[in-house]
Amino acid sequence: MQAASMTNRPNCRSSGRRRALTEPAWVRGLLIAAALVFLLLFLMLPLAAVFAQALEKGIGAYLHALGERDALAAIRLTLLTAVIVVPFNAAFGIAAAWAIAKFEFRGKNLLISLIDLPFAVSPVVSGLIFVLLFGLQGWLGPWLISHDLKVIFAIPGIVLVTLFVTFPFVARELIPLMQAQGADEEGAAVVLGAGGWKTFLRVTLPNIKWGLLYGIILCNARAMGEFGAVSVVSGHIRGLTNTMPLHVEVLYNEYNFVAAFAVASLLALLALVTLAAKSFVEWKTQHTAQDAGEGALHT
Amino acid sequence: MIGLIRRHSVLPGFAPAMGFTVLYLSLVVLIPLAALAWKAASLDWPQFWRIATSPRVLSSYRLSFGASLAGAMTNALFGVILAWVLVRYRFPFQRLVDALVDLPFALPTAVAGISLPALYASTGWIGRWLEPLGLPVAFTPLGVWIALTFVGLPFVVRTVQPVLADLDAEIEEAAASLGAGRWQTIRRVLFPAILPALLTGFALSFARALGEYGSVVFISGNMPMRTEIAPLLIVTKLEQYDYTGATAIALVMLAASFLILFAINGLQWWSRRHEVRSHG
Repeated sequence: MQAASMTNRPNCRSSGRRRALTEPAWVRGLLIAAALVFLLLFLMLPLAAVFAQALEKGIGAYLHALGERDALAAIRLTLLTAVIVVPFNAAFGIAAAWAIAKFEFRGKNLLISLIDLPFAVSPVVSGLIFVLLFGLQGWLGPWLISHDLKVIFAIPGIVLVTLFVTFPFVARELIPLMQAQGADEEGAAVVLGAGGWKTFLRVTLPNIKWGLLYGIILCNARAMGEFGAVSVVSGHIRGLTNTMPLHVEVLYNEYNFVAAFAVASLLALLALVTLAAKSFVEWKTQHTAQDAGEGALHT
Repeated sequence: MIGLIRRHSVLPGFAPAMGFTVLYLSLVVLIPLAALAWKAASLDWPQFWRIATSPRVLSSYRLSFGASLAGAMTNALFGVILAWVLVRYRFPFQRLVDALVDLPFALPTAVAGISLPALYASTGWIGRWLEPLGLPVAFTPLGVWIALTFVGLPFVVRTVQPVLADLDAEIEEAAASLGAGRWQTIRRVLFPAILPALLTGFALSFARALGEYGSVVFISGNMPMRTEIAPLLIVTKLEQYDYTGATAIALVMLAASFLILFAINGLQWWSRRHEVRSHG
């Protein structure tokens, strides 16, 4: 009887049902317009302004600003910082995810919370922490002076504080991924006689490579772009301890706008490359997940 | 303690992985944070109280908390609209728009910072239209609000989007076939389902805004008592080698962000419990 009443439904009923499952066309249009105008005002205009201001005096002035000695020194320091920081935090992320995802131990949730801690600390406070540790009046200050070592207002301070602010990126990407994958495949490899390293390189690494890349991309973007924390420990010595974001600030405060926006435009390009790489990795992950799903169906 | 009890596993490598994890975590995060605790312990409380509640500091908290709240609320509203539009509708350049939402995560804050005066100063692209209307944005709290909305923009979209995408269409169909109008379905069925994610995104956006420095300092003008945010005051005190003053303000801000983090964890626990109950 129920089946009969289902098939005998009048047509107007189903169109009414469809109406109840989506919004009228004008509401849809209005919502899409609101979302796009919001993004235009808050995201796209600032981005466009960076490139427009950088090229305001023409491409010659733009290139000249980028070729300056201090600008090149800032670019070198930013690259150096990223080259040191990213591998360390990537290695840490892999080690932490291996321990957390493949083994059971007490205090696991506490450990995960502690790894996330740097995200809860304001960049400026992160800088302050390292000044309190290594500054003149700091914990290790007197010892550093007596050994003629300089951390604050020098490159080691910049590297340390960048390690701190980008600390969780790779780990927080890998931990949930490896937890979801479990330890069965690795277990099988070990039982079949593979050693620890071989198991990691042949079984684990191929499974996590996209997640790892994703974390590295985000970690690198933050390492190159960090401003507040680095600003506190750098001392703003031109040509020596200015990273690219700090050099942007110095130029801007000297009213050298074309040069400031020229260096800023390089960082904006880095951001766009980061977004593109991120989208690619996301697309790739979905793709491999789908392939794996289909493969499982076929076997 | 961590790692003392470990159930048997055939996999090797627990000890080195765990050892490196704990060592590196201690060196990079825990010992430096201990330096802050050590400095805090050496403050005497009347002195701490005097610094943390001086008029200039109080007005910086008011601006920081007020503008962060306004920014997070703006992001809650438009974040839900954006997530909804991205999940439910189809429109040109949708994938591009989706990818662009993450721009504030990728764009260095100093770059966003110097672009805002270029837009909102009296000669800027937008400022030149707003200023004659009696609505100056640059060097006012309004400018701080815009900067803090920018930095917190992705959070609500990225927390609400997956929840909306995973929602079972059957629930909505059931509500509709039971006679609920569209608005009633949204209010009574969809909204409660996304509320925990929305609150989490709101809190994350608020916490991020509270600590933000780089994108704000260029557009705010940094006038004491008027457009000075709390993180800027920390930097100012450090530049004067006033470590004690900087630490006192930092402790207040750190306590606020830990409270928010705690609230987010509570929210997630509550929403998980909620989910279990409604499914079982």
